[in-house]
Amino acid sequence: MSQIADKADIKDTLLANFEALKREVEAKNNAVLNENRNAAFAAFEKLGLPGAKSEYYKYTDITKVLKKQFAGHSLAPQVKISSSALGSIMLEDLEANVLVFVNGRYSKEHSNIISPANELVVTELSEAAVAHKEDFEKHFAKYANVSEDAFTALNTAFTQEGAFIKVAENKIIEKPIIFYFITDSSSSQTVSYPRNLFLIGENSQVNFVESYQSIGEERNLTNSVTEIVVGENAYVNYHKIQADGENAYHIGTTQVYQTAKSTFNAITITLSGAVVRNNLNIVLDAENCESHMYGLYLLKDQQHVDNHTMVDHKKPNCFSNELYKGVMDDKSTGVFNGRIFVRQDAQKTNAFQSNKNIIISDKANMYTKPQLEIWADDVKCSHGCTTGQLDEEQLFYLRARGIDKKSAKAMLLQAFAKDVLENIKIEPLKKKLEEILEARLHV
Amino acid sequence: MLSIKNLQASVEGKQILKGINLEVKAGEVHAIMGPNGSGKSTLASVLAGREEYDVNEGNVEFLGKDLLELSPEDRAREGLFLAFQYPIEIPGVSSTNFLKTALNQIREYHGEEPLNAVEFLSTMKEKMKLVEIDQSLLNRSLNEGFSGGEKKRNEIFQMAMLEPKLAILDETDSGLDIDALRVVANGVNTLKSPENATIVVTHYQRLLDYIVPDFVHVLYKGKIVKSGTKELALELEERGYDWIIKEVEESAV
Ligand SMILES: Nc1ncnc2c1ncn2[C@@H]1O[C@H](COP(=O)(O)OP(=O)(O)O)[C@@H](O)[C@H]1O
Repeated sequence: MSQIADKADIKDTLLANFEALKREVEAKNNAVLNENRNAAFAAFEKLGLPGAKSEYYKYTDITKVLKKQFAGHSLAPQVKISSSALGSIMLEDLEANVLVFVNGRYSKEHSNIISPANELVVTELSEAAVAHKEDFEKHFAKYANVSEDAFTALNTAFTQEGAFIKVAENKIIEKPIIFYFITDSSSSQTVSYPRNLFLIGENSQVNFVESYQSIGEERNLTNSVTEIVVGENAYVNYHKIQADGENAYHIGTTQVYQTAKSTFNAITITLSGAVVRNNLNIVLDAENCESHMYGLYLLKDQQHVDNHTMVDHKKPNCFSNELYKGVMDDKSTGVFNGRIFVRQDAQKTNAFQSNKNIIISDKANMYTKPQLEIWADDVKCSHGCTTGQLDEEQLFYLRARGIDKKSAKAMLLQAFAKDVLENIKIEPLKKKLEEILEARLHV
Repeated sequence: MLSIKNLQASVEGKQILKGINLEVKAGEVHAIMGPNGSGKSTLASVLAGREEYDVNEGNVEFLGKDLLELSPEDRAREGLFLAFQYPIEIPGVSSTNFLKTALNQIREYHGEEPLNAVEFLSTMKEKMKLVEIDQSLLNRSLNEGFSGGEKKRNEIFQMAMLEPKLAILDETDSGLDIDALRVVANGVNTLKSPENATIVVTHYQRLLDYIVPDFVHVLYKGKIVKSGTKELALELEERGYDWIIKEVEESAV
């Protein structure tokens, strides 16, 4: 099998898979999805996979990874997963709307929607294209641009399943909406393309959690895209939690479109994975919007995590704030690229960005790059980044009180991570992450 | 309890301590005085195990153990406590959790059971009274946003919690007003017993009005050049350090 893989070409593989997918889905006759599909694949063919000189993928040579690890792959097999296998993955003590996807396919038996239908519409994407045709046509693939990023194009071309969520106007959705994207590569290599569309009505409030985890020994690749449209005066907390296995590759884009007076808080936590690339793009297309972006990545071994964020301030009087923190051990690599774009119209913009990293091994690497492009003159923008080691003075203080070096380090790293974790408003989620962190740091 | 013999230490290749000899017995209070830059803080740091200082010569025995062989945490566990001259702020680390971890790791080292939450809190309450420290301070991160005086008071509070055999107070009086000084001194005096000892490192005599030393040593250019009783401190207060310096220089000629 690996011999065939060595000889296969990744582009041929993608094309063959695309043809196969089309044959499979054409029968379903879902015009909207299929139309987007063809256009997206054409866009991908035009873009090609990012080359070695690509700025956007400068420190993450994703094409090399794909060529090496995924040439000759086929689409994810449909598998069933037992409830007991799910047990360790799911959050306990939390009443929530739960959507489980296994290898990119919706698993009805493990999912459970508890919020009333007049507050929350949850359907599979393919159904939404028919049942919510108007919304779907208006919003699907209208934000994540297929002509700019090859992986967004590929995701759109391969979209089969995902969630369509519509939050009604003037509703506070008490129960969070939690997605478990589970990759099961125990029987074979797995490539999946989850795709979501969240529409949040005016004056509503909602919490999302996207949780990515994998089981199985074979390599797996997830290329996910979530588009989120935040209605006027709506308030959204969005969490992306990545706890994939050491053979998991992830490329994900969260594309957010904010309208007037809306607030969007994103928290991205990466605990593991072989190569992870997260794109978080937020477009502020009306006045008085607020966005917060928090990130925490905790890397070891040879893990590679690349967080690219972009806030596009298009209109005046908006506020964006960003704090990404990383701890890098062993031979891991972290990348942070934070782009703040303030257009000429966007006067009175306040935009702040900070990236802080602690490197606890001399073989780990961190590449950080703020990218501020400011075209308006009456703005307050700042950015700062630091990469260093644990503070020796702090370490000594703790040890001088009888605390061993390992515990002292763990305490300082937990304190470091706290600025990010404390923004998680879903208590059981916060608690679970704190526990994971504590266990990880005390090893 | 503590026996320092010919201790020589350097930092960044520069020799600071040039042969210190000092004997401290249980129940005693020693004051180490001396002009700025004479090496007082260096001595305190070397004893506590700060890694940037290199010991070039000599040895230190603490309760029968070779102190210099021990890690900073093991020195603390053996009963050494340094009240820092500049206690550091550690945002994100809760004061309570820090103390509980410290106390229980020390207990574990001595084969004792960890204190449970109730026991710990009641010990804390009791010791808080001793140094008149407010609960609200301890609800914050460790030393974060504390005033100079609050930080010093917190050092003494930690000392009260950890009950060391030998406490080294490094310039604990600097930056304290008279009230705070009295509180700190009162804490130290209350904790004093025939089983433990205290080394007070200070530039001024002021603190010694409240914590009365049995012995006073003058450190100058990395050596103890004069030792005496508390009268020596009073003399230093009156006459300054110049006369001692002169004595030393003359005898060196
Ligand atoms: N970490 C350090 N790096 C370089 N020089 C130091 C360091 N610590 C102390 N020194 C030097 O050692 C000498 C003694 O300092 P110190 O022990 O602080 O004296 P004191 O406490 O008596 O004022 C001074 O000349 C000081 O500059």
